[in-house]
Amino acid sequence: MQTNEFPKPNWIALRPRFLPFSARVDRRVPAVFLVLCAVLLLVLVLSVSYGAYKIALLDVLRAAVGLETSDPNHALVVRSFRLPRILLALLIGMALAASGAIIQGLTRNDLADPGLLGINSGAGVAVVGYITFAAMPNDALLPWLALAGALGASAVIYLLAWKGGVSSLRLILVGVGLASLGGALISYFITRLTLENAQRAYAWLTGSVYASTWPEVRLMALWLLVLLPLAFLFARQLNLFNLGDDIATSLGTRVEQHRLTLIALSAALAAITVTVAGTIAFVGFVAPHIARRLVGPTHEGLLISTVFVGGLLLVVADLVARWVIAPGELPLGVTTAVIGAPYFAYLLYKRGR
Amino acid sequence: MTTPAASVSRSGNGRLIGRAVWLPVGLLVAIILLVMVLAISITQGAAELRLSTIYEALFAYDATVFDHLIIRTVRLPRVVAGVIIGAGLAVAGALMQGLTTNPLASPDILGISAGAAFAVVLGTFLFGGAPLLVTGVLAMSGAAVAAIIVYALASAGRGGATPAKLTLSGVIFAMFTSAFTTAILILDRNTFEQIRFWTVGSLAGRDWEQVLWFGPLVLVGLIGALLLSRQITTISLGQDVAKGLGQNTAVIKAFAALMVILLAGGSVAIAGPVAFVGLIVPHVARVVCGVDYRWIVPFTAVIGAILVTVADTVGRVVLRPQEIPVGVMLAFVGAPFFIYLARWKIR
Repeated sequence: MQTNEFPKPNWIALRPRFLPFSARVDRRVPAVFLVLCAVLLLVLVLSVSYGAYKIALLDVLRAAVGLETSDPNHALVVRSFRLPRILLALLIGMALAASGAIIQGLTRNDLADPGLLGINSGAGVAVVGYITFAAMPNDALLPWLALAGALGASAVIYLLAWKGGVSSLRLILVGVGLASLGGALISYFITRLTLENAQRAYAWLTGSVYASTWPEVRLMALWLLVLLPLAFLFARQLNLFNLGDDIATSLGTRVEQHRLTLIALSAALAAITVTVAGTIAFVGFVAPHIARRLVGPTHEGLLISTVFVGGLLLVVADLVARWVIAPGELPLGVTTAVIGAPYFAYLLYKRGR
Repeated sequence: MTTPAASVSRSGNGRLIGRAVWLPVGLLVAIILLVMVLAISITQGAAELRLSTIYEALFAYDATVFDHLIIRTVRLPRVVAGVIIGAGLAVAGALMQGLTTNPLASPDILGISAGAAFAVVLGTFLFGGAPLLVTGVLAMSGAAVAAIIVYALASAGRGGATPAKLTLSGVIFAMFTSAFTTAILILDRNTFEQIRFWTVGSLAGRDWEQVLWFGPLVLVGLIGALLLSRQITTISLGQDVAKGLGQNTAVIKAFAALMVILLAGGSVAIAGPVAFVGLIVPHVARVVCGVDYRWIVPFTAVIGAILVTVADTVGRVVLRPQEIPVGVMLAFVGAPFFIYLARWKIR
């Protein structure tokens, strides 16, 4: 590691006095972080104010913190309808982005996506299969099935990619193969469903935060409180993975052990989003890229920025989804694809290889 | 069918003679296998038929015999459709793999099928139940637009259309269009009702009308592929080699792309976006007959037809009376094959 060779270090060291923990972040991180937070707040307020029932920006803030506004309906609309769904979009965006940053760092492939871990296809097969074959589908079971399916698929992919160790390339390819198998199974289930259920299944598969509730927001927030700090603790390992397995090993990393932990973390982060909102594509893939452009590739700062970029992206996507064909509403997954795919094309254009 | 490859590797000296003898024999064996598979496929269904009945239905047709009627109007068009899309998609994949020197190239992975599927879904959404002619035109133009966009996207920027960029832009284009396809299917119930079986990739209920409309297009594509096969062999050795040998690669590539659009667009118009045939079959054919596209194209066509026929037959039989669409069956075969390649063939 270079220490003070450079005249101007382009990083900041964080060494809390009372914690056995230290981190190095890029010098740009604090500024980027503040700007992201400001933009995020602004977009949140805008998003809450927009809808069939328009609310002035100031009233949004007053209603959100529980103050009196000119119209008693404001409190109801803001606090019961809009805030939960928008906050849920925010949290989901954060979780997916963190998951994507981890998997991209781990596989050293900046085109990787949480979907590679079979999250989407696993959850999809479990949920749609259950709806297809259960005599009386119980909606309360669906989140748990989704979680089991998502984590189960990740485990299968990990095991299939295992050959005296898991190489990143094998992981990606096995993921692609299993995802197409899952996709085929889901298509088959959908052909067996009644028309109405089939359309519902499609909507779930595309991802939606329609009619979200506070308990969902709380559940999501709780999970993030546990998983995100864990992800930050492992950020340093991700930096080592960036150097390649061999160098990481020679630097004293227990490569396979850390890889397993990180895969589990990434899978868990993405899997919980599936339980509350179905499968939402592209956020986990795009957010880390934007963050990398903002603060560079060191994972301590990258993870923090990625989380906020992801949240911002999904809140914007949700706003767009409600706005484009108002009073109708596009599935959230469709808008993320519309935002994500052109960005990917741009990325391809810049990469040049 | 492994004999040709074995004989080639055995003696370097007898190579040319060995290939000249064994490849036609191998192809003949494959065709005989295809005919056998087709016959078996026709016998399977709600009512099991005897092989002799098939023979009579074909060569001593009696319109008053119910079984003959079933064979001529239900089962025969279905297997013919299977042969057409199997050969069409597989050869489209072979051409694409040769043109792009990319082993993962195929109509589904490079987004051609997704483009065609999106065009058809959009057409159904806008015009309601579109007549077959419109479906065909839509599928073709969807495939063509997809090919142009994906190729343009991949060749933009530094480095031109490298295999990796081409694959990525194809995958992304497919994801992008399928998001819109899904949006239409979610928002419009009529379209969904009409087309949801088609989007999976299925041969159920295909009749002569579809076969006669789109079969010729695929046939033209197949003949074109055969005619171009020598030039494609050269291109598959690398752009520089082809140019060094004095080939006008741009013209050849444009014609070959046209053939791909005919093959893939016609196949998708018949059976929907059936995946994996275009990816797997050329690899199998290459194991059998080496790198010469004059042999790869016919072998790919026959093996693709066999694969689709077998998949369709098994899909009809395993869960009787229910039917598993051929697209799903092929994924069951194709995905493990893909994982096998990933696990054992790559490092």
